[in-house]
Amino acid sequence: MIRRPMRNWLPFGLAAALTVTAPTLAFAEADPADWNAVLVEAKGQTVYWNAWGGAENVNAFIDWMGELAQENYGVTLEHVKLSDTAEAVSRVLAEKSAGKDAGGAIDLIWINGENFAAMKRQGLLFGPWSEALPNWQLTDPEANAALTADFTVPTEGLESPWGMAQLVFYHDTARLPRPPRSMAALAEWAEQNPGRFTYPQPPDFLGSTFLKQALIELTPDTDALSQPVEEADYASATAPLWDWLDALTPNLWRQGKAYPQNAQRMIQLVADSEIDIGFEFNPNAASNAIANFQLPDTVRSFVLEGGSLGNASFVAIPYNANAKAGAMVIANLLLSPQAQARMASPDELGFGTVLAMDRLSDDQVRLFDEIPVGIATLTPEELGPTLPEPHPSWMEKLEEDWTSRYGVAP
Amino acid sequence: MGLSPTRAAPALTLLALLGPVAAGLAGTLAPAFGLMPALSGTDVSLEPFRDLLGWPGLPRAVALSLFTGLAATLVSLALTVLICAGWQGTHAFRALERALSPLLSVPHAAAAFGLAFLIAPSGWIARLIAQPLGWERPPDLLILQDPFGLSLIAGLVVKEMPFLLLMTLAALPALRPAQSLATAQALGYGRVAAWFKVILPRLYPQIRLPVYAVLAFSVSVVDVAMILGPGTPPPLAVQVLRWMNDPDLAMRFRAAAGALLLLALTLAALLLWRGAEITLARLAARWLVAGGRGHCEGLLRALGLGFGALSAALVLLGLIGLAVWSFAGLWRFPELLPQGWSLRSWMRHGPELLALFGRTLLIAATSSGIAMVLTTACLEAEQRHGLRPGTRALWLLYLPLLVPQIAFLPGLQVAGLLTGLDGTLAAVIAVHVVFVLPYAFLSLSDPYRALDPRYAAVAHALGRGPGATFWRVRVPMLLRPWLTAAAVSAAVSVGQYLPTLLIGGGRVPTLTTEALALASGGDRRVIGVTALAQTAAAFLPFGLALLIPALAWRNRRGMRHG
Repeated sequence: MIRRPMRNWLPFGLAAALTVTAPTLAFAEADPADWNAVLVEAKGQTVYWNAWGGAENVNAFIDWMGELAQENYGVTLEHVKLSDTAEAVSRVLAEKSAGKDAGGAIDLIWINGENFAAMKRQGLLFGPWSEALPNWQLTDPEANAALTADFTVPTEGLESPWGMAQLVFYHDTARLPRPPRSMAALAEWAEQNPGRFTYPQPPDFLGSTFLKQALIELTPDTDALSQPVEEADYASATAPLWDWLDALTPNLWRQGKAYPQNAQRMIQLVADSEIDIGFEFNPNAASNAIANFQLPDTVRSFVLEGGSLGNASFVAIPYNANAKAGAMVIANLLLSPQAQARMASPDELGFGTVLAMDRLSDDQVRLFDEIPVGIATLTPEELGPTLPEPHPSWMEKLEEDWTSRYGVAP
Repeated sequence: MGLSPTRAAPALTLLALLGPVAAGLAGTLAPAFGLMPALSGTDVSLEPFRDLLGWPGLPRAVALSLFTGLAATLVSLALTVLICAGWQGTHAFRALERALSPLLSVPHAAAAFGLAFLIAPSGWIARLIAQPLGWERPPDLLILQDPFGLSLIAGLVVKEMPFLLLMTLAALPALRPAQSLATAQALGYGRVAAWFKVILPRLYPQIRLPVYAVLAFSVSVVDVAMILGPGTPPPLAVQVLRWMNDPDLAMRFRAAAGALLLLALTLAALLLWRGAEITLARLAARWLVAGGRGHCEGLLRALGLGFGALSAALVLLGLIGLAVWSFAGLWRFPELLPQGWSLRSWMRHGPELLALFGRTLLIAATSSGIAMVLTTACLEAEQRHGLRPGTRALWLLYLPLLVPQIAFLPGLQVAGLLTGLDGTLAAVIAVHVVFVLPYAFLSLSDPYRALDPRYAAVAHALGRGPGATFWRVRVPMLLRPWLTAAAVSAAVSVGQYLPTLLIGGGRVPTLTTEALALASGGDRRVIGVTALAQTAAAFLPFGLALLIPALAWRNRRGMRHG
């Protein structure tokens, strides 16, 4: 109640000297069920898409999306390059704190997992809208559970999927011809080759993913992982994981006294021959790195026996987004066969498609058949089964415990 | 008599500085005590602090911040003093001065990336050894991210030492060191001993605030610490940022409490330093007059020059390393140079960065322009109305440098949103003024005050009013220091990351925000391109500051020394 008037007299430095921009007119909320109305409203809008800007192939793909959106729908797409998705979450939170419930700075966020769970819990997202998009018909959520549950949290139409990712390991065949393919074999190999393996420091997303992958393989009770952690016997479910890590840690790179910050840093460590095995959440990562001169062309990918974790990347619209109609048009365009085929090509992003081939026309399927496979990219058959993510509460607890066990000791 | 603009300048300047800091701190204080309605925090509580104290890494993170901050400041100051004491007035000194001052314009993150590539076990120095020894793999040594933060300290020293040296050089002429030194040396004191006994006691008070600024910065630095500092646990500032970026939004409360702790820690470091100053002054009082003529002169001189040259070499070599990376094809350990060369990184990112060059320089020029006008007006007010700021007012002026950025920027973002200013170019420029102004004042005040007042007296005697005296006497005579101060300010503006990102809402991208986003991909080729582009943007004003006086005074020989 006191928020509105404060706007006018809050003494803030040079405020008086500078023109205050007029508040945006309140449009009626865009309704995705009336798609034609959405298209009309979207025309001429500028959509600020906040997405991680650290990979040139992602940036190039978003640029291309912008051209497509401008040509076909008159929507201008601006890529706000983030170094961390949490920056966008912080931004929406700051806007809510300041009572800016409309005309927010962010229209679309590339989001996933914990960030989505947090925004959903705090009511910071617009929707539901995603399952009303025309191109949603081209997906098969019943066959692919990852489209409607982000880290087991039901998406409930608050975010729209656009690419499939899976945990994939890579190694330089010139230095390590036969990599270990299970967590047990990995620990054994590390004991014989100390200092040649590491993982990004949790709570980095990929580092935490590695912990979950190990947990799934080592825990005696896999079913418990789909429940919130409070409802499971956490201690006995994780005991084998901690034993395994206790044995592994002294054999890690730098004896576990330092960890790489993220996946990108791990590519550099493999390139510098500091470590022999790396991993990424994009099945195409090794091929991309070879194309970028980051890794030699003797690098190949592999997955662990029994499958690896996989999930979908999503886009979501903040509750106070300024160009909701334009944002939905972009999300729908991301689900188009044209955009999906381009995204799936190893020359572009190499993410797996979220579309169901049996729902596409023959012409549309051909787009995907023509995609070449990168030299270090596994075929869908080689990728093997995708393991479902544990409930996000497991990740939070694992990160907390990892930090107190390994993350704060000199 | 009407209110003259110069009379109002000091008050206006303080308002421009303190308003944002106060608004920002208020925005941090509230969540630290549990108040954040957006996250349904509606009751005042100490829970965020209890939560913070329960974090197992806290003692070590706090100790790290204090240790690395104090050590980096001590080493930077010691080197600065040793270099000046041993070499001031020599050719070697001028060479070192020339090598070090451009290093000021190298952004901290770029210098840190460059240093990391030099000293890592798979870095350039190791590669030099690896070739003859036939290493195929780099040794598994904990050089970067070492638990004591030694590489972090090194990274801070190579950047802070040139800054302190520049501040010292600005303060020195007013002390007329040549005369005092000649007298002392005639009495048989060694060069270094003489400098320590007759110059340093008068110099130190002049550079105290810059030293405090270095200390506060080093305790709360984020970017250099993320690249070179330890991670298990990291220094407190990095950890606070991690909490702020945690997907678990409830962590925002712990982050706010941590930001306040960081503020307290910075104050504690300053008090500790002040205590050490007093103790040292007492202990040194007897030594000053005891008549010792100095020992190990040669060793001290060699140490000063050696480490000074080493730190300049590290930054320059690091930049060269990044330049090579920006053109590198595949480049693996232990190769000294890339297997192949490619323009691709420049072709891909160059045009995009070039487009941002203009906006970055516009923001830098406007914000440093505003800062220079305010600073000059304040200094004129001193001359005309005797409104010399007391020590307390000066402290206020440095507040934006002494308060850790992450303690007040998130709060400032909310204030910006409340006023509807945020996300605009104007807001970004306004927040840059806050950080640029102290440096403008720091760089300009000493030369301004050191200008012999008799020039003005002569102008007055010749019938010129204060306006004409300012424009026709002070401005021409101070052109070079004025431009140098403007260049330092512009370089500071170019390097701003967090303020630009938070207040600009991502809608006012600059070279620095784009460079950091691209660098988060971790590819050294991209980091090389962005770091060089950033360095070029920060260096451009320095180049102009050298060029303009040379052009303006090309036929005024007496003005050239500035």
